[in-house]
Amino acid sequence: MTEARIPDCSETLKELERFLDDELSAHQRDAVRHHLDGCMDCLGAFDFHAELKAVVTAKCNNDEMPPDLLSKIERCFGVDFDSDGIIG
Amino acid sequence: MAEQADFAEEAMQYAPQLYSAALRMTRNRADAEDLVQETYLKGYRSFHTFTEGTNLRAWLFRILTNTYINTYRAKQRRPDESDLGEIEELYLYKNLSTVQDAAIGRSAEESLMTMLPDDEVKQALEALPDNFRLPVILADVDGFAYKEIAEMLEIPIGTVMSRLHRGRKAMQKMLHDYALKRGLVTAEKAGTAGGSSGRE
Repeated sequence: MTEARIPDCSETLKELERFLDDELSAHQRDAVRHHLDGCMDCLGAFDFHAELKAVVTAKCNNDEMPPDLLSKIERCFGVDFDSDGIIG
Repeated sequence: MAEQADFAEEAMQYAPQLYSAALRMTRNRADAEDLVQETYLKGYRSFHTFTEGTNLRAWLFRILTNTYINTYRAKQRRPDESDLGEIEELYLYKNLSTVQDAAIGRSAEESLMTMLPDDEVKQALEALPDNFRLPVILADVDGFAYKEIAEMLEIPIGTVMSRLHRGRKAMQKMLHDYALKRGLVTAEKAGTAGGSSGRE
């Protein structure tokens, strides 16, 4: 069994986004984790960006829908708008 | 084949997410509302083409994205390709972490979640040109994979990655600019950020 080489800081930082986006293979993830285990600098950057991504997810996804939007949509279902014999 | 009668029951649960995404895309409530309505109507009409057992949420977002691109983007007449300029890597991290312990910066305990107001995060995202905004919305707000985003936007995965990268950096720069305006970060620190600050 061969032990994977631990990537250096620049190699690790290059994978930051793909790591946080969960787009790395298990093998690549392990290599990044391995580096982060021993590098506080990179760990700080990774933590920061993970937190920032969570902030964007939470804060850009909390809009209140207009109260009548759902009922407006549901009223459309079952209506043959253009009289072509097909609902919708 | 998916039964049209089941559409409302299965699809309506995604309305709040679709509405938020629509709002980030169109940047105004009236258009967002129309876009979501149109998405549901199209989904309803073509639900027979949906393969049951596959991802209904992704299917609806694909309709939303297509509808936005084909109607609203054309309407806004924004330049198709936009250059965000050069922004240094890890922009916000480098510019915030060094002032952490200062009274004007964030304390070690203060999270980005409390430090960055909702409105500023939304504004920073909405300020991105379409080409960058759509990948960031689909990845960061709605959690889609690169492959799904590539299919929705009909661009190669490599393009998704580079637009995400540049879009995120531009967002970070805007968040930093907003924080500066609020006096959260020292202007002196901002001077070390490098790059152009002339983006409008």
